[in-house]
Amino acid sequence: MYREETIAAISTPLGEGGIGIVKISGERALEILNNVFVTKDHHQKVFWEPRKMYYGFIKNPESQEIIDEVLAVYMKAPNTYTKEELVEIHCHGGMVPLRKTLQLVLEQGAGMAEKGEFTKRAFLNGRLDLSQAEAVMDLISAKTDISHEVALGQFEGLLSREVQGIQEIIKDMLAHIEVSIDFSEEDIDEVTMDQLLSKSMDAKKSFQGLLQTAKTGKILREGLVTGILGKTNVGKSSLLNALLRENRAIVTDIPGTTRDVIEEQLNVRGIPLKILDTAGIRETEDAVEKIGVQRSREIFQQADLVIFMIDASKELDREDYDFLHLIKDRRALVVVNKTDLKEAIDLSRIKSIIGDKKLVRISLLKNKGLEALEDALEDMVYEGEGFSKEQPFITNARHQQAISRGLQSLQDGIKALENRMPLDFVEVDFKNAWESLGEVTGDTVSEDILDHIFENFCIGK
Amino acid sequence: MNFYNGGSYDVVVVGAGHAGCEAGLAAARLGLKTLVLTISLESVAMMACNPSIGGTGKGHLVREVDALGGEMGLNIDKTFIQSKMLNTGKGPAVHSLRAQADKLQYHLQMKQTLENQVNLTLKQGDVIDLMVEEGKASGVKTRNGAEYHAKAVILATGVYLKSRIFMGEVNYPGGPDGLATTQELPDNLRSYGCNMRRFKTGTPARIHGDFVDYEKMTEQMGDEENTPFSFMNQALKIDQISCWLTRTTEDTKFIIEENIHRSSMYRGDMESVGPRYCPSIEDKIVRFTDKATHQLFLEPEGVHTKEMYLQGMSSSLPEEVQVAMIRSVTGLEKAEIMRPAYAIEYDCIDPTDLQLSLETKAIENLFSAGQFNGSSGYEEAAAQGLVAGINASMKIKNKDPLILDRSEAYIGVLIDDLVTKGTNEPYRMMTSRAEYRLVLRQDNADLRLTQKGYDFGLVQQERYQRLLVKREEIEQELQRLKKKKVTARELNPILDTIGSSEVDTSLSLYDLLKRPEINYKVIEPLYAESKDLMQDVKSQCEVIIKYDGYIKKQLRQIEQFKKLENKRIPDDVVYERIDSLRTEAKQKLKSIRPHSVGQASRISGVSPADISVLLVYLEQRKRGNKNV
Repeated sequence: MYREETIAAISTPLGEGGIGIVKISGERALEILNNVFVTKDHHQKVFWEPRKMYYGFIKNPESQEIIDEVLAVYMKAPNTYTKEELVEIHCHGGMVPLRKTLQLVLEQGAGMAEKGEFTKRAFLNGRLDLSQAEAVMDLISAKTDISHEVALGQFEGLLSREVQGIQEIIKDMLAHIEVSIDFSEEDIDEVTMDQLLSKSMDAKKSFQGLLQTAKTGKILREGLVTGILGKTNVGKSSLLNALLRENRAIVTDIPGTTRDVIEEQLNVRGIPLKILDTAGIRETEDAVEKIGVQRSREIFQQADLVIFMIDASKELDREDYDFLHLIKDRRALVVVNKTDLKEAIDLSRIKSIIGDKKLVRISLLKNKGLEALEDALEDMVYEGEGFSKEQPFITNARHQQAISRGLQSLQDGIKALENRMPLDFVEVDFKNAWESLGEVTGDTVSEDILDHIFENFCIGK
Repeated sequence: MNFYNGGSYDVVVVGAGHAGCEAGLAAARLGLKTLVLTISLESVAMMACNPSIGGTGKGHLVREVDALGGEMGLNIDKTFIQSKMLNTGKGPAVHSLRAQADKLQYHLQMKQTLENQVNLTLKQGDVIDLMVEEGKASGVKTRNGAEYHAKAVILATGVYLKSRIFMGEVNYPGGPDGLATTQELPDNLRSYGCNMRRFKTGTPARIHGDFVDYEKMTEQMGDEENTPFSFMNQALKIDQISCWLTRTTEDTKFIIEENIHRSSMYRGDMESVGPRYCPSIEDKIVRFTDKATHQLFLEPEGVHTKEMYLQGMSSSLPEEVQVAMIRSVTGLEKAEIMRPAYAIEYDCIDPTDLQLSLETKAIENLFSAGQFNGSSGYEEAAAQGLVAGINASMKIKNKDPLILDRSEAYIGVLIDDLVTKGTNEPYRMMTSRAEYRLVLRQDNADLRLTQKGYDFGLVQQERYQRLLVKREEIEQELQRLKKKKVTARELNPILDTIGSSEVDTSLSLYDLLKRPEINYKVIEPLYAESKDLMQDVKSQCEVIIKYDGYIKKQLRQIEQFKKLENKRIPDDVVYERIDSLRTEAKQKLKSIRPHSVGQASRISGVSPADISVLLVYLEQRKRGNKNV
């Protein structure tokens, strides 16, 4: 069903830019902003004067994690693009802070904006002139065809099936609840709280499994943001070149960035990698200039995957050891280069620090060990389980959001069951969970459940 | 044939079943000169099937009809012989009232009410055709040659159109219970452009109560303290009569399996669709083979009759098989059938031919209600009858119709389902059909609807004053509960006795009532003021306090729902001209003609993208673009 909710999206072109903007439109825009925005001193309440830029941070109110340093502006309805309450959060240009900020905004209750939805609202609320209307309508109607095609895609098809699996469990629960309510005098064993609890736990497990795949799905969709870090002359540039040579690089032309290519995309065994700050890697290697500690930290924070390079022929210093400690809790890989030279590093000490993190020994000069490196990369992305095309992935943020909402409702339902709330209340949560999943599969709830009741229960006069 | 002028009325109602009675009474009470025609005066408000009113979902409808100023609740309160609140083990939203009726009394009381009603004329007459002028209904013609002129006509013909009775190899034209059937009217309706269809239903046998071995059955008694259906009544004192529970046996199964080929349904004699929620006994045996036996209820049909209704055993098997089948049931070994079970097929209208006001799209000023609209059940019929009666009157008075939406009433759900989605089987109300079940409770039907009934002119002062008092008292009581604090010392001994956890500080009664295990009975010793309060007010407060979180959740959903519901679609939209709509959506929208964007979104075959297109189109139009 069509919904008029508060919506949000990244409204600058995807790719690395100077800044990126997350836009929120709708009644709850300001409320959501207030939930995620903190001032420099972290607690000051902002009195949002419209059209004025405020400096501060985006902070996850639950985990307290600081996501980005931002400028935010509030525009009061109706004097805005959409004629609704509008908020813009200006983040740093990297995809990671942008995505994270958007994700947080969605978690606060905004809906993911559909393509063209800001414009559609602008029109519906009377901002655009009539000549623009036709274009909007075409855009909307075209959307059905596109989404239809997408739905037929392999990943999406698999996802649908998986989601339908969960829906089946919930539908069965709902049917049992409804039949207990509407046909209470019939000759049917009433469903017990324990039965419902055990079924909802099954559903919860499937939900969580599915949401796990969202990570992998996002990597497949957008690439794994990878930072190559290490001391000057350790061979970062050579590694990048070697990977590029081996993997027929896709050099991205990012619209709007005419300065330099700041991102290199390559494909390692089907895994798209986005290497951060490739310009920086080259510059520093050439100019024999130490990487700024600050810059390393930034890369370290933005990256989904950290490749930390060390030189086998030189003893590690304190800074290196500090770094090894840092990567312990991250998706990270240690690459020991220059293994053709006499080894001066204390391998066992390194291994004891990094624990189960992979360590690969290569020699870029002799062209040795690259394959092992690629093996290690592959392992990491698929968490050692190997990648199967038969596995569903959530690759669409809207789907991910719907499924998360579904899980939330399911958990509310479980809580209600545990608190011994009456069945008709519990049902509200389970039905919401079902409906959230329906946004992925396009099913509607009521008729389905009735059909299920009549097929499976013997009732009648 | 020559017709004579039978007179002129504002409203003519065809049929005096549960829909027709409500329609006629509503129109007459709204001050319109009303004629109610029935095929037989003995069948006014006849309960052709089960001898009970209410049940899950249905009980909600009766309470709503009552809250709006209808008659059904008052009539059953006068004539019930047993009453029971169902689902009391579940939440307040699905508590449902059901009462066993004295069938004859129910009929007589309703007939009398009609006879005594100012502005209302009740006549026996078999309507065979409409009078239609320039696409508008202007009266009806009867078999006896009368022409009754009217400004609006309401069809509430039940199952009487082209009905056919089926009992094994035997089938013949006839209405329920040996009454007549009308052949001509449905054909004439077709010729006026109505889309007719054929539905089926059935009823079990009635047996003689003296030949039942009650010793072998389980007694089913009513509630000790009964709840009346009508908000105008307090608990009523009567001697209640019991129902009885028994089971079919392996023999029953065997007899049915041996004779299944003789059932009308399995012979393929019937082409129509029956309801899934009340399959015949043979259907249950065939579809649920793993069940060895099935439960049956014996329900008395009244005080002055021995007839017992055999709930759970409707059938289209031949009469002789029915005898053997019934005598195989535990306790019915010596049973005597007084009326056999039968299936009945009948013509009805495709409800998507109707508007939400229940006026037909094909013929202006023609309204319809009840089984004719594809529903099933007395309560569903009464609800539609009331709405059709009000709206025919509003049409004549040139006023806006009463349209209840899905968040306001089960009646809204019922009519919206029928009119927007259509139905493939006789439609029955269930609580699961209501999205906003938690707020559409049977206990608050008056709070939801009586104001509306009053605004439309059907609710009288007395009922209205009751509403105002109740509303006020609930408000005051909630405030009182918030203010009234009790100390831990007073409270803890009481909490201990019911196993509720103790408190450290003093607590308001309001916060105390949030606990699931706490109710008014528990707090009574601390709260003398509560003794004088109406039970009704107490239960409202308890529900409001206890389920606050969930109710708020639902209210938020309703807010969302209302946004699209309030976006009206003008009548003259030409969907073919909206290029961006998909073809299927164009066709569906053209045929249903939804009155709001919300209604449009519920039509199967109309996608969210179509709705977006529609929204854009409407906005364009609103701004006066002459090209659209």
